[in-house]
Amino acid sequence: MSNETGYNFGYLDEQTKRSIRRAILKAIAIPGHQIPFSSREMPMSYGWGTGGIQVTASVIGQNDVLKVIDQGADDTSNAVNIRRFFRKVCGVATTEKTAQATLIQTRHRIPETPLKAGQTIVYQVPIPEPLQWLQPSTRETKKMHALEDYGAMYVKLYEDITKYGHIATSYDYPVMVHDRYLMSPSPIPRFDNPKMNMNPALQLFGAGREKRIYAVPPYTKVESLDFADYPFTVERWDKACEFCGSRTSYLDEVVLDDAGKRMWICSDTDYCRESQEAGNGTFVEN
Amino acid sequence: MEHLLKINQLSKSYGGISACEDIYFDLYPGQVLGIVGESGSGKSTLLNAIAGHLAVDSGEIIYLDPQGNTHIVNQLPEIKRRWLMRTEWGFVQQNPRNGLLMKVSAGGNIASRLLDVGQRHYGQIRDTATHWLEQVEIDPKRIDDLPGTFSGGMQQRLQLARVLVTQPRLILMDEPTGGLDVSVQARLLDLLRSLVRNFHLSVIIVTHDIGVVRLLSHRLIVMQKGKVVESGLTDQVLDDPQHPYTQLLVSATLTP
Repeated sequence: MSNETGYNFGYLDEQTKRSIRRAILKAIAIPGHQIPFSSREMPMSYGWGTGGIQVTASVIGQNDVLKVIDQGADDTSNAVNIRRFFRKVCGVATTEKTAQATLIQTRHRIPETPLKAGQTIVYQVPIPEPLQWLQPSTRETKKMHALEDYGAMYVKLYEDITKYGHIATSYDYPVMVHDRYLMSPSPIPRFDNPKMNMNPALQLFGAGREKRIYAVPPYTKVESLDFADYPFTVERWDKACEFCGSRTSYLDEVVLDDAGKRMWICSDTDYCRESQEAGNGTFVEN
Repeated sequence: MEHLLKINQLSKSYGGISACEDIYFDLYPGQVLGIVGESGSGKSTLLNAIAGHLAVDSGEIIYLDPQGNTHIVNQLPEIKRRWLMRTEWGFVQQNPRNGLLMKVSAGGNIASRLLDVGQRHYGQIRDTATHWLEQVEIDPKRIDDLPGTFSGGMQQRLQLARVLVTQPRLILMDEPTGGLDVSVQARLLDLLRSLVRNFHLSVIIVTHDIGVVRLLSHRLIVMQKGKVVESGLTDQVLDDPQHPYTQLLVSATLTP
């Protein structure tokens, strides 16, 4: 559509997109298993979501409606720039509304509004290997995945309970996919982990620097690791969002001044706005 | 009685250098087998080959499991060999730093074998860890301390606890008393002897210390240049050595 930029639709050339799609198909066929792909240089630095952008660029079509979030928000610089990038190189429609999007690229959150069948969510992943912190050798971690040898991950959880009295991992909390592969869910808060389980949407994960793609197909079992007597739990707040009054969404703590004043607000800006429009809470104009 | 482990014509060479040549022996349940020899005689290579750390060139390592099935260990798929190594077998390293997770607490070290074999109840795992710390004479209060804060002897005993927790039948030890001072060695040997008796363990122990094998092992193999030069009952071999190298080894031992 918009070819005035001089770039191919979706920035990447067709051969590259095809090779990435092959990796994506493989990833979908083996849920949770990391597939290597030939990650390209993108017009932004590693750490800004180059993996997610390449996945999005490979699956996006002219009729897609794109939503991009960063930490749940549509209006942070990462989200704004990636959205503008795709509007420029694809000319596709963009939205902030989760329900209207067909393709959602995300960094660090899953939207509060439940995803539907037919939607695709693309995660930006910094470190795809959940075992990397325990075993620096890639050769060995590959073997551990092949042999389903995940005891070491539980040793870490054991140490957490011993040190802190509970499992202290609060984001990038490791999950078992389809009872087979240990997977890093990308740095989403563990609050979002249960949303991955049996989700009707297709979940794709792209790590640009590490050159890995993995996926969770719709309606796939995703279980967070835990112990029989220390079951997995999510974060809870004894506060409500100060904008919309939600007590069920993930809240961010915002420091207001240097006198210790702070407020708690929804991290998902679209969800917050919608529940305000539905007449919940007291909207604070400032 | 049927043998627990049978080694058949085992050979391993590093390029042109032959480290083990046509090694054969049997090990019976509850038996402690000592392997002695000078540095470079191939005794550590032999032990690592049996443990699967090294690929052998030829020969068979035959293991009889409790159900009465025989396995050729060096031909098992890796997943089965790993499972064997963390359930029915155990390996004790000379340097406890190689056999322990140094950044993980003592309890976590013992727990790791249980977690590897699929136990997922924190409370039960902790109780088991406490029990095994007591068995190897470590104060259970130190369960949450890092192994780095332990003395050398304690680290070696913790390594034993870590191996024993899944109640293995066969333990391979590579110089378990090396690097410990004499009084600590004596205590460890004493502990080893009672553990072997109480849990009916079969042990292969590699050492260059004649005193250790005299105290622990029932049978003895003497290796030189990758070959077995003499084997038999420990007392028989040490008191009436036949091969010139064994005679040299025995006469070179310091006796207080």
